[in-house]
Order: sequence, then structure tokens, then C-alpha cells
Amino acid sequence: MTQKLIVIGAGMATGRMLEDLFDAGAAYDVTLFNAEPRGNYNRIMLSPVLSGEKTYDEIVTHDASWYESHGVTCRFGERIVAIDRAAKTVTAQNGDVLSYDKLVFGTGSNPFMIPLPGHDLNGVIAYRDLEDTQRMMDLGPAHKCVVIGGGLLGLEAAAGMAARGVDVTVVHIMGHLMERQLDEAAGYLLRKALVDKGITVKCSANSSEILGENGQVRALRLDDGTELPCDLLVMAVGIRPNVKLAQDAGLMVGRGVHVDDQMVTSDADVLAVGECVEHDGAIFGLVAPLYDQARVAAQTLMNTPAQFVQKELSTKLKVTGCDLFSAGDFADAEGREDIVFRDPARGVYRRLVIEENVVKGAVMYGDTSDSNWFFGLIRDKTDISEMRDTLIFGPAFQGGAPLDPLAAVAALPRDAEICGCNGICKGQIEDAIATGATDLGAVRSTTKASGSCGTCTGLVEQVLAVTLGDDFVVPAAASICGCTDMTHEDVRRMIKSQKLTSMAAVWQECGWKTSCGCHLCRPALNFYLLADWPLDYKDDPQSRFINERKHANIQKDGTFSVVPRMWGGITTPDELRAIADAADRYGVPTVKVTGGQRIDLLGVRGEDLPDIWADLNAAGMVSGHAYSKGLRTVKTCVGTDHCRFGTQDSTGLGIKLEKELWGSWTPHKLKLAVSGCPRNCAEATCKDIGVICVDSGYQISIGGAAGMDVRETELLMQVPTEQEAIEAIKAVTQLYRENAKYLDRIYKWKDKVGLEWIKERVDTDGPALVARFEISQSIYRKDPWADHVETKAQRYQPLANLSLEAAE
Amino acid sequence: MNDWIDIAPLEDVPLRGARMVKTPLGCVAVFRTASHEVFALDNACPHKAGPLAEGIVHGKSVTCPLHNWVISLETGEAQGADDGRVATYPAKVSDGRILLDRAFLRARATAGVPA
Repeated sequence: MTQKLIVIGAGMATGRMLEDLFDAGAAYDVTLFNAEPRGNYNRIMLSPVLSGEKTYDEIVTHDASWYESHGVTCRFGERIVAIDRAAKTVTAQNGDVLSYDKLVFGTGSNPFMIPLPGHDLNGVIAYRDLEDTQRMMDLGPAHKCVVIGGGLLGLEAAAGMAARGVDVTVVHIMGHLMERQLDEAAGYLLRKALVDKGITVKCSANSSEILGENGQVRALRLDDGTELPCDLLVMAVGIRPNVKLAQDAGLMVGRGVHVDDQMVTSDADVLAVGECVEHDGAIFGLVAPLYDQARVAAQTLMNTPAQFVQKELSTKLKVTGCDLFSAGDFADAEGREDIVFRDPARGVYRRLVIEENVVKGAVMYGDTSDSNWFFGLIRDKTDISEMRDTLIFGPAFQGGAPLDPLAAVAALPRDAEICGCNGICKGQIEDAIATGATDLGAVRSTTKASGSCGTCTGLVEQVLAVTLGDDFVVPAAASICGCTDMTHEDVRRMIKSQKLTSMAAVWQECGWKTSCGCHLCRPALNFYLLADWPLDYKDDPQSRFINERKHANIQKDGTFSVVPRMWGGITTPDELRAIADAADRYGVPTVKVTGGQRIDLLGVRGEDLPDIWADLNAAGMVSGHAYSKGLRTVKTCVGTDHCRFGTQDSTGLGIKLEKELWGSWTPHKLKLAVSGCPRNCAEATCKDIGVICVDSGYQISIGGAAGMDVRETELLMQVPTEQEAIEAIKAVTQLYRENAKYLDRIYKWKDKVGLEWIKERVDTDGPALVARFEISQSIYRKDPWADHVETKAQRYQPLANLSLEAAE
Repeated sequence: MNDWIDIAPLEDVPLRGARMVKTPLGCVAVFRTASHEVFALDNACPHKAGPLAEGIVHGKSVTCPLHNWVISLETGEAQGADDGRVATYPAKVSDGRILLDRAFLRARATAGVPA
């Protein structure tokens, strides 16, 4: 007879427990209640959703169809209102009474709301679930938000919103941020990094009242009288286990629902897992122990002996650009000693707390590459007396076999979690390796380990190394893709030295493992070949990403955006009229000015592209290449034409540069700007190539960025005349085209080869580089819109239209 | 018995490329591989309904242009760790012409496959 299992709560713990249960082939008839109207998603990934690095769909771990395929009866959006343990029944919100053989609590926790005056105003929220995240995402740039709480959750909320342009202030009651995980010095570095992201941080700040207007939050008042205006107030000060239902059912409850080592509550037929649980005095908020609990609960339900053991925990902050690690206990105490390492210039800080030759705690900021090794020392209580002198420098400085960093990984048990984002244990990775996944990519695609935030990549490689022994070589540089073991640099060298002028030749000579490459290597090879052999190689549209194949940007709904070129940012009333007419004629829903001084027509249907292009061409405009890994814009200020500070004709130089460089394909997009004076109105110092005009000439600098990374350019050279500036820019562009790895912006390439090398090459090979650039431009400086309107318009139409066929 | 319908000459679909065919219930993508085989699939990735006809075709797979899911042209299954499937339809080349199965396309219409 199949037993009835009722689970209350569809969170990460019960999701994992059901997975373990079904993996083990358990014969339970499962009914799942969840107060939230949905299945299980990876709650710890809400931060990347907030910051826009992931979408909600990408963090769903168990959707309705998963439950369905495992025969689980889902009652989403329904609460349990009562439990009768004597009769072994639960009562649902709608009055249904269901009986159970086993009951599992996974009720999670509630965010703690400080009962400040005004805490019930509209716009005061916690950071707990998808609804809260959505509220923060909907806030929009230029709005103000106050986050109360400078802990892990509060800072992730603040950084996520700041990334979306919200004006964020963090209010923290303690003297430094994340005081439970960090010491003061690391807290200071973290604060500095957050302030650099534009976040205002107030520590030692006591909130006294939330002020509102018409029931809506308006500001937070601190006890020193300061008022912090806000449109949204997020309280992220902690969580409390949700124990009400368990308490009402008469189970033993302390801070959380009491469970024993088998996750059984004070009632032998009732189990509990996750954040609602109290085990041996501790409650749980991190994912690793919660997955351990899920495994133990599943085994208990299968009548397999298992025991939950609390382990050392470590913390990493999921905020891009803040590399931070903390583990163990680093409080001051009798008999404890510190080893501290600081490198202010690099923003690196490390502190180890030692007690009786054992590492008790570690805090690392700025460079956390050795964190797994230190964590291993803490967990294994390794005697460090022999290596104390060099301990702080990490495993690389420890000689001899016993200090092999792999030893720590080898000693990990099979159930040790390696990838926190996806909850992948060492054992699952070992199993994947045993069934043929012998490199990082294969492990990633079969287990999803290291596939999300990627911080565990090094650890996954170490598991590979430990498991495969000599068969695994930690890759010195990543290969282009699974089709080859060669790196981008190797392949570029082969193409030049062996004079490989076709893709087939590259596949043959470099030993490609696939018949015709893949979506990763083909676009790279296509670029390398056309950059190196402009006269011999024929561009392959089928090896280009759709944007470059169809010369427009694909949008999320499959429509495209069209951006005509505006040389140096200059346009005319006639051009504007033509753009407006085109927008009307093709029903363009959104007309937007881009960050690069151009007009973007968004939402054009793929079939209409040739027609809208023809219209824009007829008005004298050409493709803006806004879709390309090529020259995009040359942004300008008005320079001497109108500006009282302008030193040179910056608009004129911008137009000249754009007319010389347009159409050129480059390893990644290429953006330029020319500012007429050091006030830098065109923001030339965060472009790939920037020119600042000064009285004595033109300062050319390279390697700026304002995308995933924000970087300032570095000076390449200063020249006295416009012509020399144009020549130098052509030379450095060509050098970049000939040498950089596909999809590396100039700054990444510059970091690899060094600015000095670039200067030297431009200096000595300048004219030759310019000559090669011109040869390439003689082929590629053309308007792809006009070309496609003339020769390929028909390709944009459906192959056939059966929609008129009668469907009897 | 298949009920083949002549769609277009093979060369109208680029080598390692795709075109779409409009039907009363959304678009079907017709793919041509490097070895001149043709495949017909719903033109909507199981992930976010990305237009597969705009993807890069490699081997007997296509990579969705929106988020790089790799879909098998033979089975319609998402490859690697991704889960999901696209409906596939009989397709063949005969005398240099691409043929699709009318009955299957109609069955699709009645099954109400989303566009």
C-alpha cells in the first residue's frame, strides 16, 4: 500500500528532498502545499535576477511540469490552516481534510520587520521572494531607495538596484558592514567598493521612524534627525523561522521547529527541513546545510539510517566586483593570534585567526582565489605550525607534498557541496566524470555545476584533477569551444603561419572534432579569416550571429531594431523627417535616442527590414552597424564650432574618423569619442579609443569601457595634427584586429599584451598597419543595407506561406 | 502515406541556414545542413520562444539566437543540461525541391501548437 506524504512548502529544501526521494525510487503518494502560487525556485539567485544578470525563468528549479512528471499533486497558492496529529490529518484553507502517513514541514522563514513607526506604509517591503524582487526591479532609474540592513541580503539588494540606476542608501546599525562575517578592515574595503558603485552607506545609523504621505513611504528618519527620502524602503535585517503552524499543532518549538539528527520533530511521523528548523540550538539560512537536511529527511522517509551533522560554513557575497570571502570564527579571544596581509594599492586584504596552530577563521577581500584552501584548513583543523611563515600567501607558497592544495579537495566527502547555486555535490561531479565528462565544459553541461555564478569553477577543476589524476590537465588557457583544444591565440597563430585562408582549412589543420564547428567557434574563425585575408577570404554569413547576418539587432520578441548612421552625431531636419516617416510607415513602436548619439527604431518586423532600409537609404542614410562587432559610433562634443572652451574642431574630427573607419569589422564592438577640451563632454575616456583635443594637439588614449566593466582609457600618444591622429587610430585599430581574441574589447587585449607593446608596434609599424587597414576597408567599407536590399531582400520573406491554405 | 507538399527549391534555403514557412498557426523553420539534409521544426525555442530560423546551424543542431540553447534538428530536443523539446515535422528533398508533410502540418494546427 503506497503511503501518503504531505509536504508543506515548495522551497529549496523540500524541492531537494523530493528530488532525493524520487531518485531513490520512493513509493510515496505526495501532495505538496505551497502558500506562494508557484513551484520551487532558487531563492539565493534572486540577487542576480534583481541586478539583471539572470531572469526569473532561469532560476526555476522545479516547475509545475516537473512535479507533474513525478506524480506530485500540487496545491499551489493554498495554505494548510490546521493539523490534527492524533487523527493524522491536515486541513487546507478551503476546508479539505487530507490524511497523511508522513508529514514534512518546509515552511521556511519570515523576514523580520522592525516594528518602527510607519513600517506598515505602502512601499515598505522585505527582500524575501519574487514579489519583493519585482517591486525593486520596477522602481526604475533615478528613484530613491533606502535599504535597512548592511548584511549579505541588504547589500545584494542595494547592489542589484544600484545596477539598475536606482539611487540607493544603505542604513546599517553596526559600525561596519556584514559585521557577522567580516572584520572592520574588510568591512571598510567593502564599503569603499559599494560607494564606488554609487551606493550611499551609513553605518552606526539608528532608524527612528518611517515617514509617509497619503499612506505611501516618503523617507526614513534616523535618530539624529537626518531624513533620507525614498520611494521604496527595503528591510533586510534578518529572518525568523516560520513556526506558527507547527506551534499550533503542538510540536516542540524553540526558535525553530525542533528536530533530531534524522530531521524528525517531536512527533515521529512529522519531519521538518530548511529554514523553519532548529537543530542542536542552531537555525539555518544558507543553502548548503539545508540541502544536507533535505538528503537526510529523504533517507529517513526511506527508512535508511542517516544523520544530519552541522558543518563549518563559508560565505561569499554575490555582488559583481566585490570579491569577498569569510569562513569560521574570527572574533578576538584569549589565546588567538592574527596574521594580516594588506595591499592597499590592489585593494587586497587577508586575515587569518589562529588558535593553537589551527586556523579558526579567515576573512579575504579583493583576492579570494585561495579561499577553498583556507576553508579546508579550517574545516580539517590542519596543524599549520610548519607553514606559518608563508601561510598567509596561500597554497602556492607552500612547498612539499603534504601541502598539496588538491589534498583538501580529495579529503572532501562525496556529499560536500561544490556548486552552491545549483546545489551540486562532489559525488555528483565524480559520477559525471565516471560516465565520461572529462573536462570542465562537460561537467558543466551534465551537472550544471559552475554554470551559474562561476565562483566554484576552480573547485570543480580540482575535483576533476583529483578524480582523473594525470589524465586531467588544468587548462592553462581555455580552448575556443568544445570543437577544439586550441586557444583563440593558437588558432590565430596557425591561420597566419600556415596561411589558412578558409574555415575548412582551419578545421582540417587544427584538428577540429566536429564536422563544421559550432556557434562559438564559427563566428570567431570567420572574423579571424576576414581580418587576416581580406582579399582572399569570402565572408560566411552563416557563421555570423543573427545581428550581423541580418544587419539589425534581434530583440527578445524576435523583432529587430534599426539604427541609421549619424556621422559624428550630426543630423539634419531632412534626415529626422525621413526617420520619422519610416517610423510611421513601418509601425515602429519605440523610437529611442541611444547612448552613442543616434536614433534607434525598435520593434521592426524581420520581413520589413529591406523596405525600411530602402527608405532610409533613399534619404541618404546608411546602416549604423549598431549590431556589429565593428565600428559603432564616434561620439563628439561641439568643439570650437559653438563651445567657448573648445580647443579643436572635435565634431569635424569625429566625422572624419567615422568616415574612415566605418564598416570595419573588429574583434568586439568598437566605440570612439572625440572631446574638444579636457572637460570631456563626449566622455572620450571611457571609450575603446578616445581623443581629447588640447591646445597643442590631440591626446589619443585607448582601452576604456563602460559596459560589464568600467575602465578609464590610458594615453597612447599625443600628436599635433588631425591627420596624424587619424593615422594613429587606424594603426591601433588594425593592430587590435590582427591580434586580439574574438570578443575581447580593447581593454582586455591591452591587459594581455601591455600598453607598452601596443605603443611600440604603432610606433614602428604604423604605416604598414595603416596600409593593411586600407586594403581591408577597400572590401568591407560598404553599406550592407543597400547591398541586401538589392541582392537579398527576398531572403527576408517567408520561404512559403501556407496560412492561406484552407485547413479543412 | 505521407501527403507531401512542395515548398520551394532547396537552394532557396542557405547552406547551414534556415528559412521559415508561415502556417495558419505560427511559423515552421526549415533548416538545411552542410550535407544538404532538410529538417522542419516549430520556429520557437522551448526556452523563450526564440526564432530558431535565425540561429547558427552546426552539425545537425541549431543554436537559438536569444540565449544559446542548442536544439537537435533530428529530435527537437534541447542539448546539454537544458530541458525542453520543439515539435519536428517530416521533411525531405526530392529532385532538388523541399517537401513538407501537409497532414502533419495540419495535425499541428489542430493540436494547437503555439506560434
